[in-house]
Amino acid sequence: MLSDLPWLPAPRADFREAVRSLRDEAGAQGEGYFDRLVRLGAARLDENQLGQLAKIVRRLISDAAAPAQFSTLRLGLVGDGTLSLLAPVVTGSGVRHGLAVDVIEGAYGSAVQQAMDPTSPLHAAGLDMLLVSSDVRSLGLSRAAESQSDADARIEAAFNGLKMVVEGFRPSVAAAVLVQTVVPPLDALFGSLDRVERTSAYAMVEALNARLRDWAATGAIVLVDIARLAETVGLERWEAPGHWHASKLPFAPDMAPAYGDVVARTLAALRGRSRKCLVLDLDNTLWGGVIGDDGVAGIQLGQGSGTGEAFLAIQDTALELRRRGVLLAVCSKNEEAAALLPFREHPDMLLKESHIAVFQANWTDKAANLRAIAATLNIGIDALVFLDDNPAEREQVRRELPLVAVPELPDDPALYPRMLMAAGYFESVAFTDDDRVRAEQYQANAARAAAVQASGDLDSYLASLDMVCTIREVDATSRPRVAQLINKSNQFNLTTRRYTEGQVEAAESDPRKHAVQIRLVDKFGDNGIICVLIADKHEGRRWEIDTWLMSCRVLGRRVQEAALDHLARAALAEGARSLVGRYVPSPKNAMVKDHYAGLGFAKVSEDPSGETTWELDLSSYESPDLPMIIDDPAVTPVAARRTSS
Amino acid sequence: MSADAILQQLREIMIDVLDIDELELTPETTAEDVEEWDSLSHVRLVVAVERHFGLKFKNSEIEGLKTVGDLVNLIEARAA
Repeated sequence: MLSDLPWLPAPRADFREAVRSLRDEAGAQGEGYFDRLVRLGAARLDENQLGQLAKIVRRLISDAAAPAQFSTLRLGLVGDGTLSLLAPVVTGSGVRHGLAVDVIEGAYGSAVQQAMDPTSPLHAAGLDMLLVSSDVRSLGLSRAAESQSDADARIEAAFNGLKMVVEGFRPSVAAAVLVQTVVPPLDALFGSLDRVERTSAYAMVEALNARLRDWAATGAIVLVDIARLAETVGLERWEAPGHWHASKLPFAPDMAPAYGDVVARTLAALRGRSRKCLVLDLDNTLWGGVIGDDGVAGIQLGQGSGTGEAFLAIQDTALELRRRGVLLAVCSKNEEAAALLPFREHPDMLLKESHIAVFQANWTDKAANLRAIAATLNIGIDALVFLDDNPAEREQVRRELPLVAVPELPDDPALYPRMLMAAGYFESVAFTDDDRVRAEQYQANAARAAAVQASGDLDSYLASLDMVCTIREVDATSRPRVAQLINKSNQFNLTTRRYTEGQVEAAESDPRKHAVQIRLVDKFGDNGIICVLIADKHEGRRWEIDTWLMSCRVLGRRVQEAALDHLARAALAEGARSLVGRYVPSPKNAMVKDHYAGLGFAKVSEDPSGETTWELDLSSYESPDLPMIIDDPAVTPVAARRTSS
Repeated sequence: MSADAILQQLREIMIDVLDIDELELTPETTAEDVEEWDSLSHVRLVVAVERHFGLKFKNSEIEGLKTVGDLVNLIEARAA
């Protein structure tokens, strides 16, 4: 059943001993500690096992000893009912998503008071995110209303209560506020009419959820769809009135692991830790049978047989994921020529060679091939999901590469898509036009890499790309993608500061801030928004770069020089004399350690944590010749400025 | 299943639920005797016991429990 997280393998038989030895090792961590912890967490754990993991994580956080590979975050948890059982479950589930979550619980049943009271401890806790978990019974929607106007008033009161909590806490929350949808009551008062009759509890909850949905669509909150989760596992299993009566547990404790994983995957998505690439095995995963033995005519694929249709459905799922920006790759033990045959010759194949970003068919072990796929796509090994029908291969990959997600698969291929999708590997908190074309963009990159090899000379290659770099202030249209980049970019991100859409909007209108976004188009396609710059205009004619992030897709294209040129000229135009840059080390951004040195900044200071400060004297700044057209209305073109100076 | 076998299985469950290394458990043990056994872990304990023995308890049955021995008797009666 989905509530048992069947896509995860069973916990190891010696889980209790393993968790204790990791606990005892927390103070002096041996080699591979992070990998071992993640591997232990990436199993079908019950709420007690999750609690044991949570205890380790809490200790690591309080000792400031969490391995650097973790994304550490402090989550406030407020809402209705007893939340104390949920906190450890969220922390324990976070481990398999690479998160060290420090959950700070609000006091029981007083979310609104705490939100409104600036002296309540949650305000001072330094929260990165907040989760508001509400229950139909506490919202006053579990019983039918007396009249239509009563129903409207109750919905309004419930929504306003949630809004007060969110807005009250918002100034104290650095990144995102998450709000759960409300699980409707199971028991029907009228029967089918419940959905029609607007005074029914069911209809009122539906109306409230619709308002939460509209609110989330503005970008002000992130929705955690617990109502959908309850529906997926079944309201009958979700609801446990006895536990509500006895201890105000909002749902059956058996459902806690599924709840924890849904919350944790949302937090992971906000931290840019969702998976990016689906790697597919071939024989008995994309088609029935073995292509090397059965040949194109012998494999099972296509309409007319249940098995053939099941494999079609798997391919359809993969294609659907690709359309929303997930990369596809192939990793198969096969002769390459044989492996390609169905893609080229089988009339029912939905997946074509052109959909596959990297095709690895050989006899090397799969872990090595998965490493090669990640390297080719310039993404982390922790961005991969590997779908393989063979339990032995799955086990080998899990052992060698614990950071690759490898879903368990049942015997019946008809259920492969369910396992893949239920795991929520590709959880998103926003979907933009750029996402729609992401897979194409990465593949165009592979084409560019081939072109650079062919041309040999980098500058002439760059010139041949016909790049147009468009620099504009951040506005309402670009804001969702800008906020998405701010919250997801890990590698090329100098300070890794996370801002909500609301904060971005505030920066746009703040005259002391300069916030721009940069798009890059080249002859292979539109890369979309690939750079965000936010600078603070300080007194003393100094602009300090608060945020500089870029998409790794455009590395080596001299776009950072174009970005600097924009900043330098914008700063000069307003009378500034220097630019100050800062590098704040994170587990993932070592690649930009020397970013400012490379751009001619002088190092001003370095603190023990490795954070460095850099300054560029603008009086001696000269615009470089760049192999691209710069479309930037905010500043004078390069050539014009040169003649004038 | 004998009362003693149930007690042994309860001990294993409690070590996991309370996340402790050692536990002396007798039919006379009460929640007072075990530091980690508070009202919240009690809820988790009941759930874990239900899952392990394949039972569902009523609140009235849980509320009547005073000692570990009472819980053993309840499991014995319900599993029979």
